[in-house]
Amino acid sequence: MTDHNDGVSRRKVLECMTWAGTGVLWTISGGVPHSLGLVDEAMAADAKGLTFLQISDSHMGFDKPANPNAKGTLEEAIGRIKAIPTKPSFMIHTGDITHLSKESEFDDAEKIISEAKLDVHYVPGEHDIIDPEIKLYKERYGRGTKGSGYYSFDANGVHFMGLVNVANLKGGGMGSLGDEQLAWIEADLKSRSASTPIVVFAHIPLWSIYPAWGWGTDDSERALGTMKRFGSVTVLNGHIHQVMQKVEGNVTFHTARSTAFPQPAPGTAPSAGPMKVPEDKLRTMLGTASVTFKQGEQRLAIIDTPLQG
Amino acid sequence: MTRKMTITLVRSMLAGMVVAALAVAASAEVPGFGVTIDNFTFAPQQITVKAGDTVTWTNHDDIPHTVTSQTAIFKSKALDTDDKFSFTFATPGKYDYFCSLHPRMTGTIVVEAGK
Repeated sequence: MTDHNDGVSRRKVLECMTWAGTGVLWTISGGVPHSLGLVDEAMAADAKGLTFLQISDSHMGFDKPANPNAKGTLEEAIGRIKAIPTKPSFMIHTGDITHLSKESEFDDAEKIISEAKLDVHYVPGEHDIIDPEIKLYKERYGRGTKGSGYYSFDANGVHFMGLVNVANLKGGGMGSLGDEQLAWIEADLKSRSASTPIVVFAHIPLWSIYPAWGWGTDDSERALGTMKRFGSVTVLNGHIHQVMQKVEGNVTFHTARSTAFPQPAPGTAPSAGPMKVPEDKLRTMLGTASVTFKQGEQRLAIIDTPLQG
Repeated sequence: MTRKMTITLVRSMLAGMVVAALAVAASAEVPGFGVTIDNFTFAPQQITVKAGDTVTWTNHDDIPHTVTSQTAIFKSKALDTDDKFSFTFATPGKYDYFCSLHPRMTGTIVVEAGK
């Protein structure tokens, strides 16, 4: 099979998983993420290897009409994660843990998320670093990280990089990684074999989804350029409170749902602000994700699961 | 005018008046100028004031925003829904600012020599 054909079939596989969910279940099989379907189906598929969960945009403290009880929907999402029969290896949180970086909001998030009894790897969203000096986020989640909170770790032969693209933003721009972090990314990847599957996670999408709303990262191309030689790169983001994905060469991009409130599809509303939907629809638009990596296969499976429906 | 009256005035004007009218009325009633934040947009995007004037920003979005000078001359805390931030411009010049959380949001205050 040629690379071209492989790319097309991979794209088709990914198209099949573009349905909405509360969570994303990510399966990494030999390098490329792919979707298995809903969480229950994924479990039935007996995924061996590494499975981790992604939650995003909890917005503890949000109480506006789009969801007056963001705490309650986070509790529901964690409840569903606890009910997964095969325990995932860990969880990543792609930012906006809180709405206003308040201590009480961080406390609420910690209390609820710790119920899942999983290690959680965090990156901040812009809502988590509002306080001067980014003190509260760094106290809780910044240990062992560099700069504004970026870091990397390895699990089951997969290299994970948690990046920060919400700090020191420039007027008129979008998300930004900055020179210091870009240099670190290059150094961090330098000695790694091209066959190492790479998973990158950050709050704002690392691809330009909708620049008019700031849904992109100004210098993401520079970061992705340093990853070109790797056979499998998976980019997981939040921020836009809806599932979107794209495959470009060896790179799979995916955004997860929020557990707090939905946001409109690009350009369909006057702004990206919280979207009020009928009460009985809300839980179909909130959710989490699961990702599975299988040894010896070339794909990661990503499954988005809504809180309902 | 009390703060409560000011808020009532601003709210009642929002019911239907155009933004330009708000700025003019606010300048007549309150010693200062108003900039509103709706739908991730500063409005008016540019206003001209005299040295010594005070500008007050009010966030009407369900999402917090900041008012941050491009040159670090002023920076608000995060403004939650209906929170306000005021700054008095003492020196003539052109002051560009943005929201540090949503940096595509930009605005300008032009300060002319005093009255």
